[in-house]
Amino acid sequence: MDENTIICRCSDVTLKEIRDLISQGYLTFDEIKRITRAGMGPCQGKTCGHLIMREIANATGQNIKDIKFQTNRPPVVGVKLGLIAEEGRNEE
Amino acid sequence: MKNRAEAVIIGGGISGCSIAYNLAKKGMKDIVVLEKNYICSGSTGRCGAGVRMQWGTEMNCKIAKKSIEFYENANEILQYERDVEFKQKGYLLVADTDHEVDQFKKNIEVQHSCGIPSTMLSLEEAREIVPYLNTDILKGAAFCGRDGFLNPFHTTDAFYRAAKRLGVEFYTFTEATGIRTEKGRVTGVETNKGYISTNIVVNAANAYGKSICDMVGLDVPIYSERHQILVTEPVEPMQDPMVMSFGLNFYIQQSPEGSFIMGRGDDKEPKDLRVTSSWQFLEEMAKTIDMVLPPVSKLRVIRQWAGLYNMTPDKQPIYDEAENAKGFYLALGFSGHGFMFGPITGIAMSEMILKEEPTIDVSMLNLNRFKTGKLLMEPSVV
Repeated sequence: MDENTIICRCSDVTLKEIRDLISQGYLTFDEIKRITRAGMGPCQGKTCGHLIMREIANATGQNIKDIKFQTNRPPVVGVKLGLIAEEGRNEE
Repeated sequence: MKNRAEAVIIGGGISGCSIAYNLAKKGMKDIVVLEKNYICSGSTGRCGAGVRMQWGTEMNCKIAKKSIEFYENANEILQYERDVEFKQKGYLLVADTDHEVDQFKKNIEVQHSCGIPSTMLSLEEAREIVPYLNTDILKGAAFCGRDGFLNPFHTTDAFYRAAKRLGVEFYTFTEATGIRTEKGRVTGVETNKGYISTNIVVNAANAYGKSICDMVGLDVPIYSERHQILVTEPVEPMQDPMVMSFGLNFYIQQSPEGSFIMGRGDDKEPKDLRVTSSWQFLEEMAKTIDMVLPPVSKLRVIRQWAGLYNMTPDKQPIYDEAENAKGFYLALGFSGHGFMFGPITGIAMSEMILKEEPTIDVSMLNLNRFKTGKLLMEPSVV
């Protein structure tokens, strides 16, 4: 596959960047995320997560089911802060 | 894994990496850093990414100023191949009570005595910097243009890589499980992967540091508490400085890639090690921002998370060597500002360990201050 392929579409991270970091010893999704921002964007790793975990699995010989993803955090999808504030005030 | 080291540093956050780098740079060999998870997985990697000189105590001002001067040249000094992303667009502190305006004035006197270029601003001047700031609810503001944003992951990575090049060995996913002493001196560290004999142990575990102190029977009046943060989708640049208020209890900054990072404290937070997310935080944060910076509330929150502050009674860190266990050093209790103090933590601790003349006299940040009760309280923490 072309190494310039974008793996994380939110933060424009390429396959080459991911592979370079893995070869430098960044062997968890969280470490790669912290350096590249992959998984920090609006999709929260829903696209890049599996692709990066597969790269780690292939490079280290682990089974992909043993590779840890980042902690899932709220909200599940983006919500406007103003809507949350409005609902909060309505309950008072 | 080595079974003998000159020094073992416990904790792979900004403090541990900076201490390791400074010791190695001064020529110490055989330095080991133990990290129970991965580098930058604890408080550093969860922090709000702000760095400021606008503090209320002289000690915090001095440490912050020197640290920021280091960060201004960090890419070059640490020969970092990426970028620590230091964006100096200032901190705009806003007050909603006359009492807090008075506190700002007192703080600025201290800051000026340390050479920090902070200034009081009128509400009109504050609006020139952040035009959509709702000044109807405010009484005054303070500003320092050399404060700003710094990427915690890249900064820690820069120290980590520089230390590694100097020969420091980092053992990640390796947890310190015990510390051995003999006749009041440290003799080694037990880990879940084996024993390392050493006469120098540095506790840089911050939020998890109390249990490390317990290993040598040292009782330190620190505790950890959760602080929460959220981040929005990225947008075009619209806000230069960090906006922060102690009275209104929030801080908010647009990062260089465009997302807004914001957080607040909660004085009802239990003293424990939880890093879960709560809906109450999300709601309170949203209401605050909707009131103070209305246009920002049009943005979508995409993630909330949490990290731990390691609190001391005076909200200043502890830099010291234990009296009951010689060779056991402490660099913890950062009370929410360990990331921004990182460079000085490394310099001060390496000088203490190697018995060198100090760059900044940090001797008042000793353990004994909690016994004598001679505390200078830091007034300005969110």
